[in-house]
Order: sequence, then C-alpha cells, then structure tokens
Amino acid sequence: MIETPSNSSKPKPQVGLFVTCPVDLVRPSIGFATATLLERAGCDVHVPPQSCCGQVALNNGQPEQTRALAWNIVQQFDEYDYVVIPSGSCGGTIKTHYPELFDEHDQRLQAVEAFCEKVFELTTFLTQVLDYTPVQAALDLSAETVTYHDSCAGLRELNIKQQPRTLLKRCANLDITEMQDTDVCCGFGGTFCVKYSDVSNHMVTNKVNNIRRSGASMVLGGDLSCLLNIAGKLQRLEPDNPNRVQVRHIAEVLAGELSTPAIGEHSPALEKGE
Amino acid sequence: MSQVQMHEPQPDFIIRSRASLEDEHLQEALEKAGSGFVHKRQAAIDRIGNFEQLRDQAQRVRARALKNLDLYLLHFEKKVTEAGGQVHWAETPEQMRELVIGLCQKQNAKTATKGKSMVGEEVDLNEALEAAGVAPQETDLGEYVLQLAHERPSHIVAPALHKTKAQVQRLFRDNHALGERALDEVADIVNEARAVIRDRFLQADVGITGANMLIAETGTAAIVTNEGNGDLTATLPRTHIVTTSIDKIVPTWEDASAILRVLGRSATGQDITTYTSFFTGARSDQDKDGPEQFHIVLLDNRRSELLGSEYEKMLHCIRCGACMNHCPVYQSVGGHTYNSVYPGPMGAVLTPLLRHEEQDNQLPNASTFCGRCESVCPVRIPLPGLMRKLRDREQRERKHAGMAQWAVKLFCKLSRHPAVYRRLNDFNLRLVAIARGRKPRFQSLPFLSGWTRHRDFPAPEKSSFQSQWQQRQKEKQP
Ligand code: SF4
Repeated sequence: MIETPSNSSKPKPQVGLFVTCPVDLVRPSIGFATATLLERAGCDVHVPPQSCCGQVALNNGQPEQTRALAWNIVQQFDEYDYVVIPSGSCGGTIKTHYPELFDEHDQRLQAVEAFCEKVFELTTFLTQVLDYTPVQAALDLSAETVTYHDSCAGLRELNIKQQPRTLLKRCANLDITEMQDTDVCCGFGGTFCVKYSDVSNHMVTNKVNNIRRSGASMVLGGDLSCLLNIAGKLQRLEPDNPNRVQVRHIAEVLAGELSTPAIGEHSPALEKGE
Repeated sequence: MSQVQMHEPQPDFIIRSRASLEDEHLQEALEKAGSGFVHKRQAAIDRIGNFEQLRDQAQRVRARALKNLDLYLLHFEKKVTEAGGQVHWAETPEQMRELVIGLCQKQNAKTATKGKSMVGEEVDLNEALEAAGVAPQETDLGEYVLQLAHERPSHIVAPALHKTKAQVQRLFRDNHALGERALDEVADIVNEARAVIRDRFLQADVGITGANMLIAETGTAAIVTNEGNGDLTATLPRTHIVTTSIDKIVPTWEDASAILRVLGRSATGQDITTYTSFFTGARSDQDKDGPEQFHIVLLDNRRSELLGSEYEKMLHCIRCGACMNHCPVYQSVGGHTYNSVYPGPMGAVLTPLLRHEEQDNQLPNASTFCGRCESVCPVRIPLPGLMRKLRDREQRERKHAGMAQWAVKLFCKLSRHPAVYRRLNDFNLRLVAIARGRKPRFQSLPFLSGWTRHRDFPAPEKSSFQSQWQQRQKEKQP
C-alpha cells in the first residue's frame, strides 16, 4: 500500500495509462476520467503511444501475432511503476494470458511476468493498491437507482466484484441495486457478437431485460465493449423513450464527470455539428 | 475498428442456432430448466461449505487416474475377469457397435433394455442394434421420451431437456393407449412411462447401461441415476453389457467417493443421487440375483491420443453437465444446435477432438469466453483455454487464411506501430464524423452489419483519446 501524496514526501507513483482500443476510438471521456481519478489519487499519469493489447488475435487463433504485440506493449510501458487499464477484459488478456504466450525457454518470459505484476485494472488499482478514498465524494448519487454489470473477464480472470461497489460508495455515495444474473455474459465476446450475431442478440436482450427489471435509471460497468453492446440494445429497443436506462463506464462516475452524455446518447456538441 | 468486420461465417452452427432461437417450444423448455439447475447447484454448495476443497480433491483424482491410465485399465480388466466378467476393447465406434451386437447375438437377444449411456449415443448404438434385429428399449424416462420422438439427447444429464411438458403429454397421448388416465401432473407422466417400461425390464434378454466411473481396484462399474432404472437394466436380464469409455477410470473406491461428492452437487444440486449402484462381475454362486454374464465394452475413439497432449485435461470430465447449465450460449440455443452428443462447453471442446471434422471447428468459436463454465466445472477443466487452443489448431490446419484472418493479421501488424495506428485511426474517425452528421448513433454500418442488425452503435468523437491527450499536453505546456 502506498501513501497518499499530500502527507508524504515519497515520490509519486508513475502510472502508464493503457486506455484500450474501444476507449481510444469511441469514448475518450473514459480515458480522461481515468487520468483524473489517478491524478486525484496521487499519481503522475503518462500516456505512451499505444494500440491493441492483442486480445482479438489471441482469441482468433493467432498466438504469434499476439506474442509480438504483447512484447511491444511490455517494452512501451516498462518504464512506469504501474500500468493501469480501465477494462477487466484487456487487463485479463495481459495479466492472465501474456505469460502463457511465452514458453519457459523464452528469455522474455521473466520480463513479461515482472511486467504483469505491475499491471492493474482501474478499480482494483484504486482499492487494493492505493486504497483510494476521496476527501469528499465527487458526486452524490444516493437518490438514484443504479445497477452494475459485472463483465466476465474482469469477474472471472481478475476477481473484480467488490472493488467497483466499494468505490461507488466512497466516491458517489451510491449503493448498487443488483440486477438478476449480473454475472452472466452480455453477449459481446469480441468477434462473437458479429459472427454469431443472433445468439449474441439473445444474450444481450436477456441482459437488457434484467437491467430494466431492476428498476435502475443507470447501468454502470467496467468494460466499454460490454457497455456499447448494452447501450446499443437499450437504444434499439426504446428509440423514443427519453427515460431509457443510461449507460456509463464506472470511471466517469467515480471522477464525477457526467458532463459527457451517456453512451450513445444525445450530445449538444453533436447537435451543433462540432 | 478493423477487428470486428471478420470471419467468413461458418453457416451450419449459425443456421441451426437461428432455427433454435425461433423455436418457441425449445425456448420455453430452456427457460424452465436453465435457472433451476443453477440455483439447485448453488444451494447444494452453500449447504456443504467446503466445496472448493472437494473440487480440488476430485481434480487430483482425475489427474492421477489419467497419468497412469494404462496401468489402471489393465488392473481393471484383471479384476473384472477375476469376478467372472469380461472386458472388450473398442478402438473405434464401429468396433464398439460390432462388439455389442456380437454379444447380443450370442444370446439370441431380440430385445435389449438400455440405461442412459452417452458413449452408446456417441457410437449410434441404437440404430446399429435395430439394424441387427435387436430392439433397443430405453428405460431412462428422458431417453424413453426421445425414443418415442425419434430424437437425440440435447443434454448429457437431462437428455430430453429440450422438450416441454406439453410436448411430452402429446407424445404419450399419441403412443400410449391412455383411455381415461390423466396426464396433467408430472407424476402422471412418470407413472405412465413406468408402466410401459416395467414390462420392458421383464422381457429383455440383454441389459445395456453406461457407467459413470470404473473403479480399477475391484473392477467395478459405478452408475448414478435418479430413477433406479439402471439397477433393473443391469440385474434383471441374463446379460449385462456396460458401454463406456476408457477415461472413466478411477483408481480406488476412495477416489470414486471423491468424485461422487462433486458429481451430484454439480449436476442436479443433489448431495447424492437417488441411486448409486456398483456392479462387479457376473452372478456368483452366493449371489441371489444378477446377470449370468457381465461384459464391459470400452471405447477409445481418439481419447488415448489426447493423453499427454495439450488437451489432456478434457479427459478429466465427469459428465456432470454443469458447464452447459451455466453456459449462456447453450442456454440460448439448446443442445441440438451443437450437432453432437456432447453439447455446450464440454462438447465444444470434446467434439472437435473426437470427431475432428471441418464442421466442428465452429463449436469452439461459438463462445464469448465468458468463463462461467470453467468457474463451475467440478474438476476445474479450463474449458475456454482449451477452446482457444482449438481455435489455434483450426488456423494452423487451414490451407488458406480467410479474409478475416488476414484482417486480424493486418490489424496486429499495424498495431505494432502505434504512431501509424493513431494517425490512421484519426483519419478514419474524421470519415466517420462526416458520415455521422449530427446523429448520436448509427442504426446501420456496412462493415458492422452483424452488430447493427440488432443494436445501435454510438457515434464516436472526431479524434481518438491519444490525439486529444497529446493536444491537451501541448496546451498545458507554457
Ligand atoms: S466439463 Fe466439467 S462441468 Fe462440464 S460436464 Fe465435464 S465435468 Fe461437468
């Protein structure tokens, strides 16, 4: 556990932020919210040039391609004390699967294993490494009904379950209203959702129905890909309902940055054509 | 996102899954069964408290059994022989069919009662028996229903899981002379089947069962059921034939009980199934009942090739069905969609290994890798990991890389040059911004139609996070 910076003379932890492809491309606000949170928690945040963690190759029968990408990333982020990722899925790819890609005779294995030690998914890093508690909650959502989708890789590869709930209490005074089957897959599954589009649709429909039945006005999660899937379905099912459930990444709520419209929702900036 | 417009669709699974999703009866049956299994298993685990330890024990037993499989099998054969029985070895499904038919013919058997045997299904035993003039008569309720319906099992524990109560009632009305008898309650249905099946037991010349385990120590076949039909199938006819596979071995009775402790709980949420029966050899002079002849036919069908391979752990499977009960894909499309006796996650690994046909390559791909199967498997088989290895195998064996694979490769090559990657993304994002106009979302995207057929896609911003970040850093500097 490291101390918070204000009352410590220790150097600030240097954190490399790995934002993931979907955040980089579709929703930069999650990257900025993550950076804000890490800075508030006393870290120096760096964003080295980066691309994909390799999951798409790993899950599509191309271990060599994944290995090459993995080694790239290890080198790009090696200089930082920690690497933090606002995604359990990409975090799981790195922490759980990178070491499997290098066999025991490969000289790089040791470096890869050491690297994985300092890689953390955001909510785990904030709770288990920094024990982050804001002086004052960034938001008060205690009056809202909010539910949480536990994304699969985060839950089962990285044991992320309590971390987001703990942080939401600390940062937004929020108690999660649990939906049924919160730990069941939303049907995203990377290329699965386009290859097996109808099965995926059945799964996301179940997920969205559980979300709606929970009575929540907002659903949060720690993985943008799942959230894109869920939001896209909610919006397709209820295009004209102004009160449909809003979908957001947990980093935005923890940072108190709700100025960006929820995922896929109407944005005044877009309206003006900016 | 270049990584999403990929993979030439592999039509079979996809077409079958569409039909399954539209099948109202199937969907009703799946909904009814699905959460029941999940809750019962959870309740059983909560009752016992140390389930994780039991899983570790069971896993160790299976690993040990397979490590010295040859020795245990030989010992098993020796013990069966000592007990007056006989072990037969079938390398292929054909050999197993021939062996079983030969044994039936030696007895001049006209009918054979059958307990549930997935290995029997694996080798299409019923069809072969019929062709050889031996009428197979199923005695497990679910299998009996399927025999009436001329269908295959869709689940390894609950073979008729895909049938609704109404469909079963209909089958019985069509096939039984019901007269005034009611069929409204599940109990009525069970009684109705029981009346028919009871006669079968008395008439059968041969009884054929599967086995859940083979205990090497004493040459014993263990069978768990909830209906007791296994016992009657095994003990009433003059000849008992066990059809099972070589991987079912456990070394000792102690080991068998370690498996039993996790099997019922994982399968049906029972601390122990209603009947757990052990069969050792033929009737001896001291025995009051039991078959005069006891045969065990052991199928290999490529299992021995898996020993020592990267897929060996799949042989640890104890056929509890928990993985499919917890699989969101299986729960969406049902077992028949997998076009194999082994459906769900365990089938998605086992089928391509045992059958190794082109069409089976779809199965390990039809998974989101959500990992729920692995998290419930009582012997901790890393099912998603094994599916991933099978995806690798598929690509290695391909003569020509498809479009999709080129796309993945290209994307990876590009990703290794983050600066180029970023510039290309920003270029694409600007194009997307033009296409998007003022819409917050896309309702259709040509290169993402698999997505937009069912869901909207949010319009991204005009530039990537990385570019925006760089811009901000520049602005911060004085
Ligand atoms: S793979 Fe595991 S969970 Fe699935 S049937 Fe086999 S033992 Fe049970």
